[in-house]
Amino acid sequence: MTLLSLQDFGAALRGRTILRDVTLRVGPGELVGIIGPNGAGKTTLMRAALGLIPSSGSSSLAALDARARGRSVAWMPQAREIAWPVTVETLVALGRTPHLAGGARMSDADQHAVDTALAQMDLTEMRGRTATHLSGGEQARVLIGRALAQETPLLMADEPTAGLDPAHQIATMQIFAELAEAGKSVIVSLHDLGLAARHCTRLIVIGDGALRADGLSEEVLTPALLRDVFGITAHLQRSDQGLIFQPLAVLS
Amino acid sequence: MRLFATLATLVVLLFVAALLIGPAGIAPGTALRALIWGGDGPLTLVMREIRLPRALLAVMIGGSLGMAGAAMQGYLRNPLADPGLIGVSSSAALGAVLAIQTGLAATFAFGLPIAALSGALIGVTLVLVLAGPRGGALTLILAGIAISALAGALTALVLNLSPNPFAANEIVFWMMGSLSDRSMTHVWIALPLIAVGSLLLMRLPRALDALTLGEDAAAAMGINLIRLRLTVIFGTAAVVGAGVAVAGAIGFVGLVVPHLLRRYVGARPGQLLWASALGGAAMLLTADLAVRLILPARDLKLGVVTALVGAPLFLHLIYRTRREGL
Repeated sequence: MTLLSLQDFGAALRGRTILRDVTLRVGPGELVGIIGPNGAGKTTLMRAALGLIPSSGSSSLAALDARARGRSVAWMPQAREIAWPVTVETLVALGRTPHLAGGARMSDADQHAVDTALAQMDLTEMRGRTATHLSGGEQARVLIGRALAQETPLLMADEPTAGLDPAHQIATMQIFAELAEAGKSVIVSLHDLGLAARHCTRLIVIGDGALRADGLSEEVLTPALLRDVFGITAHLQRSDQGLIFQPLAVLS
Repeated sequence: MRLFATLATLVVLLFVAALLIGPAGIAPGTALRALIWGGDGPLTLVMREIRLPRALLAVMIGGSLGMAGAAMQGYLRNPLADPGLIGVSSSAALGAVLAIQTGLAATFAFGLPIAALSGALIGVTLVLVLAGPRGGALTLILAGIAISALAGALTALVLNLSPNPFAANEIVFWMMGSLSDRSMTHVWIALPLIAVGSLLLMRLPRALDALTLGEDAAAAMGINLIRLRLTVIFGTAAVVGAGVAVAGAIGFVGLVVPHLLRRYVGARPGQLLWASALGGAAMLLTADLAVRLILPARDLKLGVVTALVGAPLFLHLIYRTRREGL
């Protein structure tokens, strides 16, 4: 079963080609990290694959109609926006939007999905609290809860660990890893290569608007690739805790 | 649900009060009998042709302004947004002012409403051309400000060049907004547009709720942003245009009512739409009652009262919002 398939995929913004010739396929049970330097096109790749911006080539998700897509993939933009002081439960329940027919109220199944998502993110206790009054880490958890309540086989998140402390970063990646183990798939863009190397089952490297590498962390994070794409040297070590990656120096 | 029951009861009570209170001093029982069963004589005329249209217009205009305000705030995700923001009220006012100035309003009974509606239509078209069907909130706000400023300047120009002080006087009074001396004809002029606009806005709750998470997240959950934008703009333009055409510019209802009721619906933009419709109707009915009760002989203008009540209320809300850090 394929959850996302891109074929000769590309995207242009304001007449400038941001991304070209990307072909990849994501199946179930994967935790895919998209890495690349600033401006490489990670966000553009995800938004174009979702059909939020115009693209060329084919994307299995962009081809779906809006509601079907909402049931196939949950999308977490980088900006953690919560516009109104609604309760945590209300915010998580917004994840049911693509499942509700026009004007229909939430069914028991919908409420069950919300309760499950709240429990999964350890939010049951604070379901009645105002989401905008929570700390950044708590808000991030609530927004992941919203994506879980959407009950999609695929979750895409843009920089979900940005602005979080180490404990929250690791916890977030562990939640994604658990989802992948349960048979769902998660695609995350990451700047922290250490987190990516340690937690992702697969890395996709974007550089200069093209796919530069796609595979297991150890196969992808070679000195040559780090030099060419990121312009850095790094220390990479295999341990019983998984892969340990530490950037060392900038190459001029 | 309790909030809705409370607000609905309030609207019904105020509506009945609006029918029963007036300078003619008719006993309540007699008044209602004349309204419902009719009969000959001036009593039926007063009830059916003076008080009923006035009360109906207050409900229609107040309700739709409240709803449009909630829709605009939800769409722009900004509690300071107002239905007048997209420039429709100023362009409708310009149309009306031109009708008064040229004498069209005097020679032809529907000259003023039709001119105001034409102004609103031109205004909303210009805003759409400027802001486009795609694009963010900022372009819409900027386009609205530009059109408002232009229409305001042209209105000032008409006043400036007016050779006739009576026309100028009439324009100034008209711009303050009022529901006095309106007939059932005004109701029939405004009703279709207010109905269409309200029906458009009523379709929005889910999309506005989803927008709490931002445009990108809402779009990925199946919300069509272009349709949402056009629905908000056309719905607001229809109700504001119709309101200005028959009652003049009545401010603050669309701004204050959603702000006032937000906390009682858990800040959910979809629920706020309904609450604000009822709240807006209640506010305008109250203001119109105040106009009749406070200075019955001086023809106090409705728009003046809503602004006088609205502005301090708004200041209080801002103060409370700041204190709570919302």
